[in-house]
Amino acid sequence: MANNKKKNLTPVQQEYQTFEKQRETNRPVFKNCVKAFLTGGTICLIGQGIQTFYIYNFNFTEETAGNPTIATLIFLVLLLTGFGIYDRIAQFGGAGTAVPVTGFGNAVISSAIEHRSEGLVLGVGGNMFKLAGSVLLFGTFSAFVVAIIKTIITQWGGF
Amino acid sequence: MLVGHRTWEFANRPIIISTGTVGGPFEAKGAIPDDFDLLHGDLWLNEDTYEKAHKVLMEEACERALHKVGLKKEDIQFFMAGDLINQMTPTSFAAETLGSAYFGLFGACSTSMEGLALAAYIVNTKGARYIMTGASSHNTAVEKQFRFPTEYGTQKPPTAQWTVTGAGAALVSDDGKGPAITSATIGRVVNMGMTDPNNMGGAMAPAAVDTIETHLKERNIKPSYYDVIATGDLGHIGREVSLDLFHKHGVEITEEQYQDCGLMIYREGQPVLAGASGTACSAVVTYGHLLNRMKKGEIKRMLVTATGALLSPLTVQQNETIPCIAQAVSIEWDEGEAES
Repeated sequence: MANNKKKNLTPVQQEYQTFEKQRETNRPVFKNCVKAFLTGGTICLIGQGIQTFYIYNFNFTEETAGNPTIATLIFLVLLLTGFGIYDRIAQFGGAGTAVPVTGFGNAVISSAIEHRSEGLVLGVGGNMFKLAGSVLLFGTFSAFVVAIIKTIITQWGGF
Repeated sequence: MLVGHRTWEFANRPIIISTGTVGGPFEAKGAIPDDFDLLHGDLWLNEDTYEKAHKVLMEEACERALHKVGLKKEDIQFFMAGDLINQMTPTSFAAETLGSAYFGLFGACSTSMEGLALAAYIVNTKGARYIMTGASSHNTAVEKQFRFPTEYGTQKPPTAQWTVTGAGAALVSDDGKGPAITSATIGRVVNMGMTDPNNMGGAMAPAAVDTIETHLKERNIKPSYYDVIATGDLGHIGREVSLDLFHKHGVEITEEQYQDCGLMIYREGQPVLAGASGTACSAVVTYGHLLNRMKKGEIKRMLVTATGALLSPLTVQQNETIPCIAQAVSIEWDEGEAES
């Protein structure tokens, strides 16, 4: 029973799953893509606005303005998450809110809020990276792998 | 008593002498706010954790049920209830407050009718004079355990359902006025190999169909015997799938007669996707809305089939399929208060 591969299901289960599938409401994939594009694009537009603001008003260059821009965006997400607005935007925007840095911020902040009732150390500290932890792990690891590949090609490939 | 293989008929007709229903802010904006005894404007209920608020919901539902008939908590022999939180702490902690002998029941969202069936059985055999039975759930406490943090931004698919914040309790006794519990069919675990935890209705529908068909066969009655056949929390998808299964099997259950508690509690336009779910869903709708309709004489006989998905976040992550169950209890009230 444990395996969910269809070939391991009994004929009755297979028949039911086909029967059920026809009556299931499907995810509106195209509509979701358009919404994600618009939401994600809006977040990036705001980010661009903030970056331009820092470059023109403070002593930042295009390279160095990245850090304060991200910090500002995460601060805004902190407020939106705390006031319970970000999850509503996410139901509309889907991947558009998950992919930018705001989605990462929301994952950390929401976990921290959620587990505050279990205390600061075991609750907030232990659970803050519950969702974002795997992003950090696999993000760092894949960067490492890409760096090795790049090193091999540039050092030994003679480019 | 036992008819067929897993149906009980209760000759002494245990009575639901009183009920208590409590809901949260989202339920207050729903379709049946008048059927709740108590509605809260805030999910915290003046507590500092959602789990404590969850416990308070159950306590208040029991309190309301006792208050309506002027009984004290010492009069209750047994308390049979359950919820969805790990180790069922909200219910057990509420049982501590109530102080009576306690059976903790876990049947996921089928707990309400599991409790009512057992309570009726015990009262019918004179095993108790008063039994309090009920079920509760709290949206954010349940989301926290089964899904993501409440404020985490994730897009739920259209098959997902909304967990009800609330508690419903019923006081069952052999003596008193009110709707009688006439029979119950205990469900078996049905697993159709479904794996999507965001589509509970589709997973639970075969369990509901199995229990309802067994109930009709073992009691040797036609679906038309009941004015209403209500399911617990199948939602849009589960309801449609189960109706089609009935038609396929040649069981004549009509659209109007076949209703779902998960579709009655909220209004059109509330962001609940496929409908409501949660342990409290069938409990508050049955003990509030449906029994009130019986009281008005709109329903004389009904079969409530609470459906439960017996999964945990762990089994989902380990790619296990979702086993489901459904418990059916028939409630009849020939007179209704309006005529008597």
